[in-house]
Amino acid sequence: MPILVSLAGACLIGLLIYGVSTRSASRTLDEAVAQGMHPAAPQAKRALPVLAAAPRGGAGDPSATAGATGSLAAYRGRVVVLNFWASWCEACRAETALLERAQGRLAQHGGTVLGVTYLDASDDSQGFLREHRITYPNLHDTTGEFARAYGTDQLPESFVIDRSGDVAAISRGEIDQAFLDRAAKLAEGAS
Amino acid sequence: MRALAALATLTATGAIGVSAATYAATPRASLPTIERRVMCVTCKIPLNVAESTQADRERAFVRGLIADGDSEAQIERALVSQYGPSVLALPSAHGFDLSAYLAPLVAMLALAATLALLLPRWRRHARAQAAGRSAADATSTLTPADRARLEADLARFDG
Repeated sequence: MPILVSLAGACLIGLLIYGVSTRSASRTLDEAVAQGMHPAAPQAKRALPVLAAAPRGGAGDPSATAGATGSLAAYRGRVVVLNFWASWCEACRAETALLERAQGRLAQHGGTVLGVTYLDASDDSQGFLREHRITYPNLHDTTGEFARAYGTDQLPESFVIDRSGDVAAISRGEIDQAFLDRAAKLAEGAS
Repeated sequence: MRALAALATLTATGAIGVSAATYAATPRASLPTIERRVMCVTCKIPLNVAESTQADRERAFVRGLIADGDSEAQIERALVSQYGPSVLALPSAHGFDLSAYLAPLVAMLALAATLALLLPRWRRHARAQAAGRSAADATSTLTPADRARLEADLARFDG
């Protein structure tokens, strides 16, 4: 009998540990990048709904893109600054100008900024894109699983993905020009 | 002709009854009910106690769906499609989340089984102890001389 009770207790503790470990943000990517490795960008093939910035009823109305999906894998062969954001995030608001400028620079060498929004309603995200006149592509992570794969738990967070689809640099928090310069150099380097 | 009219009346009454029953079966969604079941995704607290811009946005989203005549289930589905499953205050009833419902049940069953097994054992132990005590009491019965001396002592204390 004591063995059974101990076993049940161990099972409950195991369940608790498993639950906490699966719910907490993973830092596997950060550790690998810190060691100079370039781990493969997770869930690159996951199809996410495309967010359109155009106003309702106008040319490029969001309804025209309803059902359209995109993925990180579609940008394979290009340097990508993957930026996680949400319309309610003040720091995300502050970095849009930097990202938009970086987009101009990256695009000259085939690269791009790819925004991914999560924990955010589509209408709010689209309003944000219109307000900040964002021209780079954006996807909506409706389940939060794509963001979770990157260990994202605070916004904004950005990742530089190289041409091979591997993570080259990580910025958790608001990005700075130095981070974007590094991405631009990566794009310029092999173009 | 009269029979036809009666049949038409009966059919109409039946149709009204059915539609009324259907309406009664799907009660109109209300904001306070939804607010209790949903989280403010930025503040990580139930929407009914959340005060923030994002909470107001979520309330506006829910109000819009209520105005469209959506049911509570439809509204919850719409919220999940926009904010992900973490918007729901209660864990879903499948996958790992199911353990949130099953673990307490299993723990209670295990506790009940433990008690069911241990209680008779404790009772037997308590009975054996009581029996031992009464046997000890029986062996330590006072002699008439000791009893007389004890009563005399007690009388002296009372006096």
